[in-house]
Amino acid sequence: MNFFQYILQNHEEVLELTLEHLGIVAASILLSVLVGIPLGILISRRAGWDKPVLGGANIIQTIPSLALFGFLLPLPWIGARAGRLAVLALTLYALLPLIRNTYAGIKGVDPAVVEAGRGMGMTGRQLLWQVELPLALGVILAGVRVATVTSVGLATIAAAIGAGGLGEYIFRGLAMVNNQLILVGAIPAALLALLADFSLGWMERRLQGR
Amino acid sequence: MNPAQQDGPAIEFRNVVYRATNGQEILSGLNLRVERGETLVLLGRSGSGKTTSLKMINDLARPSTGDVQVEGRATTAWDPIRLRRGIGYVIQDAGLFPHFTVERNIGLVPRIEEWPAERIQQRVLELLQLVGLDAGLRSRYPRELSGGQRQRAGVARALAADLPIVLMDEPFGALDPLTRAELQREFLALQQRLKKTVVFVTHDLHEALRLGTRIALMEQGRLVTVLPREEFPRSSDPLVKQYMDAFGSDMNGMRGPA
Repeated sequence: MNFFQYILQNHEEVLELTLEHLGIVAASILLSVLVGIPLGILISRRAGWDKPVLGGANIIQTIPSLALFGFLLPLPWIGARAGRLAVLALTLYALLPLIRNTYAGIKGVDPAVVEAGRGMGMTGRQLLWQVELPLALGVILAGVRVATVTSVGLATIAAAIGAGGLGEYIFRGLAMVNNQLILVGAIPAALLALLADFSLGWMERRLQGR
Repeated sequence: MNPAQQDGPAIEFRNVVYRATNGQEILSGLNLRVERGETLVLLGRSGSGKTTSLKMINDLARPSTGDVQVEGRATTAWDPIRLRRGIGYVIQDAGLFPHFTVERNIGLVPRIEEWPAERIQQRVLELLQLVGLDAGLRSRYPRELSGGQRQRAGVARALAADLPIVLMDEPFGALDPLTRAELQREFLALQQRLKKTVVFVTHDLHEALRLGTRIALMEQGRLVTVLPREEFPRSSDPLVKQYMDAFGSDMNGMRGPA
């Protein structure tokens, strides 16, 4: 049975696993945005916090994904469900691009513009919301884009711990030495990554073109 | 600002010393008074301390020792936000926010001061006219303006809340000579009408002689001399002479409108 026949005959399962895949990615990106962007803002504000936080996020990135799943397994509540584990692991991986880009985006705002704002009596909060974040938005979005594309790829490994997603096909295909089956997982995953890249890139350009 | 303080100088530097974080002395014992309604030009080369002095007036820099009095009160005793909102500030290349339209840029201080929307709109239109910008430009972004237009918008923004003191840090430095001359002429006309207390930083002697009521010459963190514009070219101070020589022999024709 070739690739297309398989997809046609099992389109319900393919769709289900694709949605599961997307769900894992969406949940982890949402979480990492909620944690990473505030952290990035915080370390741009407090002298001396940038190195340790960025260093920590960097170290997480270097942990191999299967090992990270293993480390997280003993955690209460999280370790009880494979889906939770996968979301947490992907969230941790996505933190670095988000923290780093938020930090770099804010630090990259022209200091003359920030000082002009301060000189006119804007408060720290007004500067952040009206000047620094809007001007850093393009760079922050680029971080979200990198994190999303990487997560779509990484999420295939979540199948190894039984979290589902398109990785199911890849692992099944590997076990059965069936290349067609591997492609049933790999091609939709690649398409998802391209789609995410394209749509976030489009948003980024729109915001920067303002 | 407090209208009860109408008699003393608008701004006064008292024995101001400023050391950078590396210990280097940027200002060494500056004493200077800025009178109400005058245009005091701080003239000096790069690194002479003129911009630092300016930033001390709106508390963007703080004296290491000594103090700067604004309206009779030390800048350190002011709430910095209130102090800055009471002082207009124009910097080189205008410092306009690139993501704000001209209208939002000019209306910035009124907006953070929470003026009603119609009043801000009204004020922006008045200011566009005052600085000679077409009202149609108000929905443009700064990068869609010429350098001269940007600088006009920057001046308009500093005048928006109609504040008695305006600080200008080389506002016309990045302009071509013709546009600069045009803006300088308009600055003089505006100042004649508005009578603001202006502190103006420049390294350009022509500009200083054209715009200043008085000229304070600075060198290596020290005030060399303060002279009324008319007396400046005749001063016997060696550094003033150096300046007059460096800027050419045509200075007699460059004294600006009397």
